[in-house]
Amino acid sequence: MKKMQLTLTVNGEAHELLAEPRELLIHVLREKLGLTGPHIGCDTSHCGACTVDMNGKSVKSCTVFAAQANGAAITTIEGLGAPGALHPLQEAFREHHGLQCGFCTPGMITRAHRLLQENPNPSEEDIRFGMAGNLCRCTGYQNIVKAILAAAAEMNAVKEAAE
Amino acid sequence: MIPAAFEYHRPSDIASALATLREFGDEARVIAGGHSLIPMMKLRMAAIGHLIDLQDIAGLKGIRIDGNSVTIGAMVTQQELIGDAALTRAAPLLRETALQIADPQVRAVGTLGGNVANGDPGNDMPAVMQCLDAAFTLVGPDGTREVRARDFYEAAYVTARSDDEILTGIRFEATGGGCAYEKQKRKIGDYATAAAAVTLQKAGTACTGASIAMTNLSDVPVWSKAAGDALVGSSCTAADIGRAVAAALADIAPTADNRGPVEFKRHVAGVILRRAIERAWALA
Repeated sequence: MKKMQLTLTVNGEAHELLAEPRELLIHVLREKLGLTGPHIGCDTSHCGACTVDMNGKSVKSCTVFAAQANGAAITTIEGLGAPGALHPLQEAFREHHGLQCGFCTPGMITRAHRLLQENPNPSEEDIRFGMAGNLCRCTGYQNIVKAILAAAAEMNAVKEAAE
Repeated sequence: MIPAAFEYHRPSDIASALATLREFGDEARVIAGGHSLIPMMKLRMAAIGHLIDLQDIAGLKGIRIDGNSVTIGAMVTQQELIGDAALTRAAPLLRETALQIADPQVRAVGTLGGNVANGDPGNDMPAVMQCLDAAFTLVGPDGTREVRARDFYEAAYVTARSDDEILTGIRFEATGGGCAYEKQKRKIGDYATAAAAVTLQKAGTACTGASIAMTNLSDVPVWSKAAGDALVGSSCTAADIGRAVAAALADIAPTADNRGPVEFKRHVAGVILRRAIERAWALA
């Protein structure tokens, strides 16, 4: 099958690449761009491990063809923070023990990041509902919710201090 | 999982989409959000030679409210339905239902048009559209026609839309009064074990209008005229609601599957329909 020329802006950087129409966004991110933060978990759009931000919305990149994302702006976990310069959500997940094995964590944090853009002051219930598309088999979710509440408070404090 | 190879098309207007659909016939399928179709392609249960992505067609987007008339483009996502304050004022049933579909990431991509056109008995919006007496707009080589949601569903995945037509939008008249969508599911993201959409209108203590439809309790959504008729003219007492529930249960035909045996589904259907009627009546 003929390959298509695609343009994706990933974590602020424009990429031109060739892909078959049947290639999924998660495969292009991981295998063509070397961004292995987003994981392939269930591969059936249930678990949320592959969550990335696409044009300002959380999507499951195992259920989007890269061709559909042609022209889109994508943010992965690699675009949120870096070792030594963690995003407040990454810091809060570490502080509050919001991860154990870590497999779901990139998807959790990428989704939580968008959730806090949609609702900067979520209640515990808002967080549980807003994170319902991400599964964790280790933590029991309690500490994930705590971490997101703490990150929201921290991010709001930083924003207020800046104003 | 990697689907079989296909060619990808992204037309920018409906005429080009129809032309591509006509050119490739049985080999072509349109894709909206793709959250039903892509999993089927990955499992290789759907083989599609030509995929026609509708995302760039501006005419398929947008929500318009003109008095009581509501028009929604097929490519409007569940997330957009949830976020539209004017739509929620005119017809709160859509937001309430959309919030019970799948999960946030799926709602960000999944569309109203895909949900109603797919013909999956598990989809929630078809029963809601029947409850609201919505009409679907279909555009094909012979022009545009409208089909009422109550006439659209023929069997599981079989609808009144012909293969060379595209469902471009939905339209209905908002009726006011109270409404509710109650859904029993095993977990977030699941399809309904049973779900019920109800709208009720009230004058004084009397019910003046009632519409009841149910999800995933037959191979098509079920609009139960008899259930609505049982409430009109009544005061929606427990006995009246009991008659409506009995009428609705006579119209459904659930089958046993991994959500439970037939007896269980009938029991759950009765419980959730009763709840939906009680809640809609309290809001009417």
